[in-house]
Amino acid sequence: MSVTYLDAIREAQARALAEDPRVFIYGQDVGAFGGAFKATKGLSAMHPGRVMDAPISEDAIIGLGVGAAMEGLRPIIEMQFADFSTVAFNQIVNQAATLFWRTNVPCPITVRLPFGGTSGSGPFHSQCMEAIYAHYPGLIVLTPGTVEDAYSMLLEAVAIDDPVIFCEHKLLYYHLKADRLPTEALPVGKARIAREGRDMTIVTYSAMLHEALAAADELAPEGYQIEVVDLRSIKPLDTDTVMASVARTGRLLCVGESWPWGGVTAEVVARVAQEGFGLLDAPPQRLNAKDTPVPYHPNLWAAHRPTARRIAAAARNLLSL
Amino acid sequence: MVRTALKPGTAEEPSALSQVYLKAFRFMLLSRILDEKFASLYRAGKIHGGVFLGRGQEALSASIGVSLKKGDVFAPLIRDLAGRLAFGEPILDAVRTYMGSPLGPMRSRDGNVHRGRIRDGILPMISHLGAMISVVNGTLLARRFHGMDNVVGVASIGEGATSTGAFHEAMNQAAVEKLPLVMVVANNQYAYSTPNHRQFACRSLVDRAVGYGIEGHEVDGTDLGACLRVVGEAVARARSGRGPQMVVAELLRLCGHGEHDDSSYVDPKLKASRLGRDCLKAAEEEVIRRGWTGPETIAAWRAEAMQKVDEAVATVSRESPPDPYAENWCALCSRHLSEGYEL
Repeated sequence: MSVTYLDAIREAQARALAEDPRVFIYGQDVGAFGGAFKATKGLSAMHPGRVMDAPISEDAIIGLGVGAAMEGLRPIIEMQFADFSTVAFNQIVNQAATLFWRTNVPCPITVRLPFGGTSGSGPFHSQCMEAIYAHYPGLIVLTPGTVEDAYSMLLEAVAIDDPVIFCEHKLLYYHLKADRLPTEALPVGKARIAREGRDMTIVTYSAMLHEALAAADELAPEGYQIEVVDLRSIKPLDTDTVMASVARTGRLLCVGESWPWGGVTAEVVARVAQEGFGLLDAPPQRLNAKDTPVPYHPNLWAAHRPTARRIAAAARNLLSL
Repeated sequence: MVRTALKPGTAEEPSALSQVYLKAFRFMLLSRILDEKFASLYRAGKIHGGVFLGRGQEALSASIGVSLKKGDVFAPLIRDLAGRLAFGEPILDAVRTYMGSPLGPMRSRDGNVHRGRIRDGILPMISHLGAMISVVNGTLLARRFHGMDNVVGVASIGEGATSTGAFHEAMNQAAVEKLPLVMVVANNQYAYSTPNHRQFACRSLVDRAVGYGIEGHEVDGTDLGACLRVVGEAVARARSGRGPQMVVAELLRLCGHGEHDDSSYVDPKLKASRLGRDCLKAAEEEVIRRGWTGPETIAAWRAEAMQKVDEAVATVSRESPPDPYAENWCALCSRHLSEGYEL
């Protein structure tokens, strides 16, 4: 039996609904239809009244979730695409993110954002929103890059007493598979060494994890051992694991699928430069998508985002410094 | 859509009417006196940040407060001091939040009208007021999940917030879910300085109720009796399962947007019209005209309210300000997931 990344997300929600009567799911087309990506397939039949279709009203969807969370429920909100969460931005960053700090009343809402580029999706169904949300105090931002993490981190997200932005990469939905669902997991807030190496550290997350691992494979025959750190969680960001890796390798390349201005890769480089400057044998490097909206055509899309080839090229350049 | 208006000589039982009228009137009086205290503290430099008064809107606001019961939810507007007090918000909450006391419900982290007690059903607003409506929807949905019926949520906004997308989304959502939401719109003719003709183009905002498939009601917001009747009826209808209700009250803001604003833009013709009359004065005249109580009693109530307000201000004036070194600089409930920037 094999389990896809998408199966893991569905199974995590099925388990959360079964184990915790406070959990409900709210979002567009999530009910009988089972969601645009089928992440809630069959759940409304199993839990009548607890998997609810919402009108196309992202602002009100999050607002309702916040109100329900205030009252002790644990809503899981599906934004049909992460890109559409811009309509709910006010509710997420001003209402949900500030609630506990203002009132001492927790806001345990999980917002699932199907995000990231897939071929043919274009500018409004491909965006990476993690850095925007991580910027705001009061939010937890998770970016699972494996089937196991998709499952365990979503379950953990529902249990966390703060608003969680759960960024699930659409490119991984069907292609990424595991043998089974995990029975144990690293906690939220811990990064993972996805591949050990001594020559250079690549810090990345989500779908770029797999591009980075492929780049490391590509560089192995050339005699380079690349260490790959999967951040798993953007906020909190596990600086300790990153720093320990850089201490071993002396070289840092940060790879993200988001746009180049600011963001996760800039944050990691800033932290390493500030706290670990002496560990570095070469200037820390970043690799991001191009600074344009995400293009539609596969030729353009493939050139817009970092790929294993571009990562390997950036790594060779860094190794030569 | 239902149009409700107070008919003179209504058949309501006089003693019950006088009781609720007098109760609301006393909250209007207390709120006016507390508001005036805030204005004077502001002028004296004792309040940091803005001060936003409810002058001219107390009849509508108090009607909301006295129509709600314990267990209901109230998301107030910035001019809802009377309604808050009538719904049970302690005077000290208002004074502490305005004066920045860490003992207040917002613990000096937020000020003035941005206060509430979620566990007591008063939701602290964010500044984007239209965004509070769907939050009320969520609290009502949660109550439904918990098997609690017989509850009502009131969201209170001005005509300006009806122009937001959040208002539309939340009204439609409440209608789809058939939630016991009462949307009270205080049309005070100006959103900050913007007059109605630059804010909306429909005949009356109550016509929007038709579009949402809910019941709508209009009321003269300067008339306490009418407000009590219309708001009370809307709350009762929502409570009885008739779905969302919308009340649009016509009135005039008898002050600036905040105390920093001289409101020189308000049309003198509006001030001279019926809309411009002071609802508190009108209610007092009505009380005396009906013989429900005399001027001496009202004077005694006024003195009592002033004493309560003075005591609260004296108490809060003695409280220490917040200590930035003792502040818990963590925005998360899950402290172990904090990044530790505060260190």
